[in-house]
Amino acid sequence: MAALIEVENVVTQFGERVVHDHVSLHVDAGEIYGFLGPSGCGKSTLMREIILLEPVQGGTIRLFSQSVQSLGFEAAQRLRQKWGVLFQSNALFTSLNVAENIAVMLKEYTKLPQKLIDEVVAFKLDIVGLSQNDGTLYPSQLSGGMKKKVALARALALDPPLLFLDEPTSGLDPISAREFNSLIVKLRDMLQLTVVMVTHDMASIETTLDRMAIIDERRIAAEGSLAEVKKMESPFIRTFFGGDIS
Amino acid sequence: MAELRIERAQSETTVVCGGVWDAIELDAAAKAAGALSGMRDTAVVFDLSPIERLDTAGALLLQQLQRTLEAEGNIVRMAGADETTQRVLAMTGRNAHPGAAFVTEKYGLLEGVGRSAVALLANVKGGLAFTGEAFYAFLNILFAHGQWRFKEIAHQINESAIKAMGIIALTMFLVGIVVAYQSAIQLKIYGANIFIVDALGISILRELGPMLTAIVVAGRSGSSYAAQIGVMKMTEEIDAMRTMGFDPYAFLVLPRLFALIIMMPILIFFADIFGLLGGMVIANTELGLSPTLFTDRFVEAVALKHFWVGLVKGPFFAVLIASIGIYRGLQVKNDTESIGINTTRSVVEAIFAVIICDAVFSIVFTELGY
Repeated sequence: MAALIEVENVVTQFGERVVHDHVSLHVDAGEIYGFLGPSGCGKSTLMREIILLEPVQGGTIRLFSQSVQSLGFEAAQRLRQKWGVLFQSNALFTSLNVAENIAVMLKEYTKLPQKLIDEVVAFKLDIVGLSQNDGTLYPSQLSGGMKKKVALARALALDPPLLFLDEPTSGLDPISAREFNSLIVKLRDMLQLTVVMVTHDMASIETTLDRMAIIDERRIAAEGSLAEVKKMESPFIRTFFGGDIS
Repeated sequence: MAELRIERAQSETTVVCGGVWDAIELDAAAKAAGALSGMRDTAVVFDLSPIERLDTAGALLLQQLQRTLEAEGNIVRMAGADETTQRVLAMTGRNAHPGAAFVTEKYGLLEGVGRSAVALLANVKGGLAFTGEAFYAFLNILFAHGQWRFKEIAHQINESAIKAMGIIALTMFLVGIVVAYQSAIQLKIYGANIFIVDALGISILRELGPMLTAIVVAGRSGSSYAAQIGVMKMTEEIDAMRTMGFDPYAFLVLPRLFALIIMMPILIFFADIFGLLGGMVIANTELGLSPTLFTDRFVEAVALKHFWVGLVKGPFFAVLIASIGIYRGLQVKNDTESIGINTTRSVVEAIFAVIICDAVFSIVFTELGY
């Protein structure tokens, strides 16, 4: 199967500080892929480069076999509609209620009748496990776990084939986090998504990720499934996976 | 592009669906489906075989059409769906909520008036509570264990007054020019050139200087108080201070209040100088009044009391601007919209309060004979 995301020899530096030194990895269609690593190793930066929020300084990034560098406005807009992003702080629009948050892209990019938009919103609320009554609430009235689910429903509003999650379980209690992880797996199977997530959470790493890349010391320290990664000889991997390496 | 074509035959109507049925491309199909309304008691077959791709929005549209047609007594059949299409249709069939609607309740005139009245009352109460808390913190400094936070006051003096001097100087200089220019034309007619000094001196010292300084400070520093404290409230910085035992009124409110109270009279004095300078330039160029003549006449014609009347207003304006700005900042709720609303209101309310205060002063001072 062709790789959906190809990152080749990406170099990033902020001033004097080199963040990525020839980083290469690839994400296949249909898998849940994780970016792991210590704080400040540039996991989120790499993700931001892939989703066109930061310019790529060196190397190439290709999505759906299309380079993300030097895209025209139209091409970039079309590409952006192929993915949804769940930000770490949810980034819900506080002036819109839940239903309007989810419908915002449909309202902007289509002229579909309100009746259909409402049904699409209802469906999205249902699949992320929210009740229909939550639709008229405002973000300030929601709990942390509900906000995450609304942000996820919004990211899925246009049925994108690709989903990016930035620390999806941070700030959730262990039970909600576990629930959220199984929700991601369920949605991946249901909607045939490819999911890329930045995470620190051991539970997510063990239960949800198919493959992962560990970024350490500006490079990819390891890439592969959990079992493969655990076999790697690296001081960081040993401390990261802590006790359960033997 | 999603396509929808209706082929009517005698026995049954075929709806041919083709193209990409993705949410983003669905407009054409949704529009064409309008022609299906008004059909009754017919057999309708949806031919799904030409569909290239179907997402959940497309599937929901198909099922919505099917429901509406069936409600009108038609017999609907879906045909030619391939495996993927069937999978998506089954999924939306399972999780859909037919007829879902998200209506936010709107209230009528009476309820609206009631809500506004309650909000206004809460606002007045909040303002009173704010004044009380600030005064209590002040008494604490004077008579109890509180202390003057000179460093913070100095910082605020620099931020909200010293850094405002450039814009105040420029504004007043231009206002001086404008007022002098307009008066010059009138005075020339009567040959009363020298009286421009009286007119400028009194109007700038008594009214224009204090007023415009207050407006600039309200727009520049009052709004920044509201935005800054509002964001501190959103990021829980104020709660963090409380848990450490730091009273936000002593740490955030009073330094800003004192800074403006100290600096407003100085800023007004500064504004007076630049306003008169602007006037002097025009008196020289338009009326041929040399700066020496101007200053001689100024000392002679403009009594010192006008200067003091203008200066005395300063601390009063300062209290209004600073407390409205800070109060608005503390009113910020945990959403981004309320920052915008409260910042705007801080400026509007501060300028309004300053104008009312100035009107009161104007009457009081005149009645008292100053």
